Amino acid sequence: MSDSTTTKLPKDTAAEKGMVNIQVDGHWIQVPRGTRMIEACKQAEKEVPHYCYHPKLSSPGNCRMCLVQMGMPPRPNPGEDPNYDENGFQQISWMPRPVIACANTVSENMGIRTQGELVEKCREGVMEFLLINHPLDCPICDQAGECSLQEFSVEHGKGSSRFKEDKVKKPKNVKIGPRVRLDDERCIMCSRCIRFMDEVAEEPVLGFSERGTHTTVGVYPGRELNNNYGLNTVDLCPVGALTSNDFRFQMRTWFLKETPSIDTNCGTGTNINIWTRGNKIFRVTPRQNDDVNSCWMPDSHRLSYTCPSHDNRLTSPLIKADGVHEETCWANAIAAAGDALKQFESSEIAIIASGQQTNEELFMMRALAAELETDSVSIIPHTQESDSMLISEDQNPNTTGAGLILGLEDPTQKLEAIKEGISKGTIKAVVVASENLLDTDFSSEDLDALELLISIFDTTNPTAHASDIVFPGASSAEKRGSMINVTGRLQKLNAACTPPADARDDWEIISDIILAISGEAPEQAPLSVDQLSEIVSNTIPQLDGKHLTNISELGEAIIETKITIPLLDRENQRIANGEIVG
Amino acid sequence: MSNITYLPGKEPDQREHRLIFKNIDREGWDNSIDCYIKDGGYEQLKKAFKMEPQAITNEVKTSGLRGRGGAGFPTGVKWGFIPPNNTKPVYLICNCDESEPGTFKDRYIVHQDPHQLIEGMIISCFAVGANTAYIYIREEFPEASGILEKAIEDARAKNFLGEDILGSGFNLEIYLHRGAGAYICGEETGLIESLEGKRPYPRIKPPYFPAALGLYMSPTIVNNVESLCHVKHIIGMGGEEYAKLGTPRNTGTRILCVSGDVKKPGYYEVEVGKITMGELLNDICGGPKDGRNFKAVIPGGSSAKIMRCEETYEIKNPDGSQRNLSFYDIPMDFDTIAACGSMAGSGGVIVMDDSRKISWVLNNINHFYAHESCGQCTPCREGSMWMRKISDRIANGEATPEDVQTLEDVAYQIDGRTVCAFGEAASWPVEAIISKFRDELEAETSEDNEYLSDEAKRQLSFINQ
Repeated sequence: MSDSTTTKLPKDTAAEKGMVNIQVDGHWIQVPRGTRMIEACKQAEKEVPHYCYHPKLSSPGNCRMCLVQMGMPPRPNPGEDPNYDENGFQQISWMPRPVIACANTVSENMGIRTQGELVEKCREGVMEFLLINHPLDCPICDQAGECSLQEFSVEHGKGSSRFKEDKVKKPKNVKIGPRVRLDDERCIMCSRCIRFMDEVAEEPVLGFSERGTHTTVGVYPGRELNNNYGLNTVDLCPVGALTSNDFRFQMRTWFLKETPSIDTNCGTGTNINIWTRGNKIFRVTPRQNDDVNSCWMPDSHRLSYTCPSHDNRLTSPLIKADGVHEETCWANAIAAAGDALKQFESSEIAIIASGQQTNEELFMMRALAAELETDSVSIIPHTQESDSMLISEDQNPNTTGAGLILGLEDPTQKLEAIKEGISKGTIKAVVVASENLLDTDFSSEDLDALELLISIFDTTNPTAHASDIVFPGASSAEKRGSMINVTGRLQKLNAACTPPADARDDWEIISDIILAISGEAPEQAPLSVDQLSEIVSNTIPQLDGKHLTNISELGEAIIETKITIPLLDRENQRIANGEIVG
Repeated sequence: MSNITYLPGKEPDQREHRLIFKNIDREGWDNSIDCYIKDGGYEQLKKAFKMEPQAITNEVKTSGLRGRGGAGFPTGVKWGFIPPNNTKPVYLICNCDESEPGTFKDRYIVHQDPHQLIEGMIISCFAVGANTAYIYIREEFPEASGILEKAIEDARAKNFLGEDILGSGFNLEIYLHRGAGAYICGEETGLIESLEGKRPYPRIKPPYFPAALGLYMSPTIVNNVESLCHVKHIIGMGGEEYAKLGTPRNTGTRILCVSGDVKKPGYYEVEVGKITMGELLNDICGGPKDGRNFKAVIPGGSSAKIMRCEETYEIKNPDGSQRNLSFYDIPMDFDTIAACGSMAGSGGVIVMDDSRKISWVLNNINHFYAHESCGQCTPCREGSMWMRKISDRIANGEATPEDVQTLEDVAYQIDGRTVCAFGEAASWPVEAIISKFRDELEAETSEDNEYLSDEAKRQLSFINQ
């Protein structure tokens, strides 16, 4: 180019931004320097099939599925200037041998072909090799429907098999831990599970034994896969080799509906998908959110989902008469609650909200307190030692939100006063939601001393038994609402199923109780939780107008708490070290 | 060297040039350090210590020494790959995992002349700045490992190893590490993994080039036993003088290990490229067994491509013109053998005469590679065993002609798509044997062989019930 001295070449303009120009299937794009080829292809919207590569794990490059053709500009002879075409790019000379896209990084003027004869032959070859010793038992395999082997076989495989020999036989249905089962014949030796246990869970119990085509994955002698993050290996497994005992043979995946939501077992607010068919939850899996839980979640949280069909669910409002709970209709129960509360002085009423409640529910609790003119409102703290991974010290998923909504620095600060009031007899009526008081510092004597106890629960518990009026509420999987996690991130719960029988959303119940007390609808009575959320965001300045309909499924950081998630800290360190893509 | 006499019956051939193997089968020779020193041993080390490390590397570059392990990569160039701004420790590893079928040179060096290796290693370590070196010896050399242990101990006692060697200020420890009995441990990154105590899964290159990210992610030089021994002689005679041995670009001497159907199989150290295939097989090795003719030769260990003895090769001269070369006229060097479509590899020359069924040869090689595949990457793991199963049937007369085609396809599906060179090692012999002996292989198959595996038969009987 004659004017190359006056106009900048693409390589120079890219370099100023820390970028490089690469050509993917004929189109030039700019990607950051140091990007892996496979990620660059993703940015160019070209899919590169792969098994062993996972952005959160190291790249061993062993599946060979991501082979692509690579080209570089020819190296000029000494003293010769490189030639640039009219667009400022050098001609690419293509290498005859394919390279793996997962572990190689891009460089200036590199060419990548994700199509073409060479690449297609490679994929076809690898697919054929992966399938020759595979049992092909898709009809009875839990992975069917979400199996990379199936997917890439359709796209890149041959229609028929040339393999006439006996297949290699390997162990089947091996119990490698209390929650995971292994079928070695289905395994394609991608080593993702091994790397996860080594690098993320930091409890290396998995490894290969034997060699060549007899290679089998397994646990070390005398060990088992009993790590609280072990079930993530099941999610990672691209085939049906690792299956979860919990989900095994329960449901074909294509019948399941996935609902993005968040885990409410601790303050981290792990992003999850809830998989349901009809009104039944079949499994919970982690949903990637690099600011919260990466791609992982603890087994204890994953397996704690409660189904609406559980025997201990509350399904209709109950009123205690002569010491016995009797089912009643909603109209009766709400009216009874309103009438009963009106019998007490404001100072005699306390409201015990919960860090398990959504911002919207807490807002209604606040409104109830305002209606009753009491300022005895608190939540109950639940703490436990953090596991230095994803489980936070705070076991309440929404302590941060409770503080914000209730307008308290520490949303538990009034708990002591309430307790004292109950034992002294100055507090005579309590409305409690989602907190089994007898699991906390309250004693049954405390509850007996109360003249009125109104509770909202999804399942039965001793506090519900002790209550005068019990409202059946919704479980976390049945709610839509927002919560703020320990790091100050506003996140969304979505309802994966509906509350069973006569049970209802908690915010509606509280709203109705307020109506029963005041006798007239407030000006801004919300008709839906989304509307309520909008009201909340307009009332609480820190929410900055963020509500259910305008935040994404990945949530949004809204306040600074200076709390970080240990697992993410380590992950970010590994990204900085160049060990993983992230 | 005229005063050197060899054990009766073990005398070298007239055309040999004994450099590395000078002391092998030598009359009155033993592998003790005293015997080595009496013969002028460790003198080159003293000479090397008077040189700058960079000067030693330059001598090795000048000598044109190419690695004797199989790939034939220039040793001096390899040493130059250590990053210039390196701050990590540098390691040198001697690859004594001699496991390429048909190769048996290194075992003689370590059995009979271990101090030659140690001297070569010390000089090399000094050149590359390594203060720790490892000899990775294959599990199947138990006696050699004992000999080397003793040799290292003796060398340390005489301050050829340890701290401040011979007052030079240079420190070096050599450790012997016994392998765990796998062919893949000979692959340099597999070897490094094994040395680190892991499964010897070869690493991907890039990014894990040993010279930058080798043992413990530090710069590491991995050299073959024979290559390291040559370093001593290069220092002894000077790089330029050494380069006069052999032919241009193929300098020095190398040890050829001839096995199979010749009258005198064995090891022969010759100047690279100075003798032809015909001279080696017919003269030095005494020709074919009585009443037999040569059929095929694998010139560089079992992973090299097979060559037919009656073939003529068309190769390019350095000036670009073509010339025809009959098999017996091929000089035993790196470049010409590569131009003829095979490789000089590790120097293991495997000779087959007309009594050998090629399907048996093919099957034998396939058995080896199916057994030795490490199983890390898909094409080699699955393909090597599939090739073995097909060749089993060809050898047993249970194959159809299309099986030969499938076998060839499978080989090409492995070639060039694996993590390490094992993929090529396993697929090249198959590709070459099929392309050169397709007729013979197909003659052993029949259209009538409607082969069904036991598994398929069971399935069919179940369906037909």
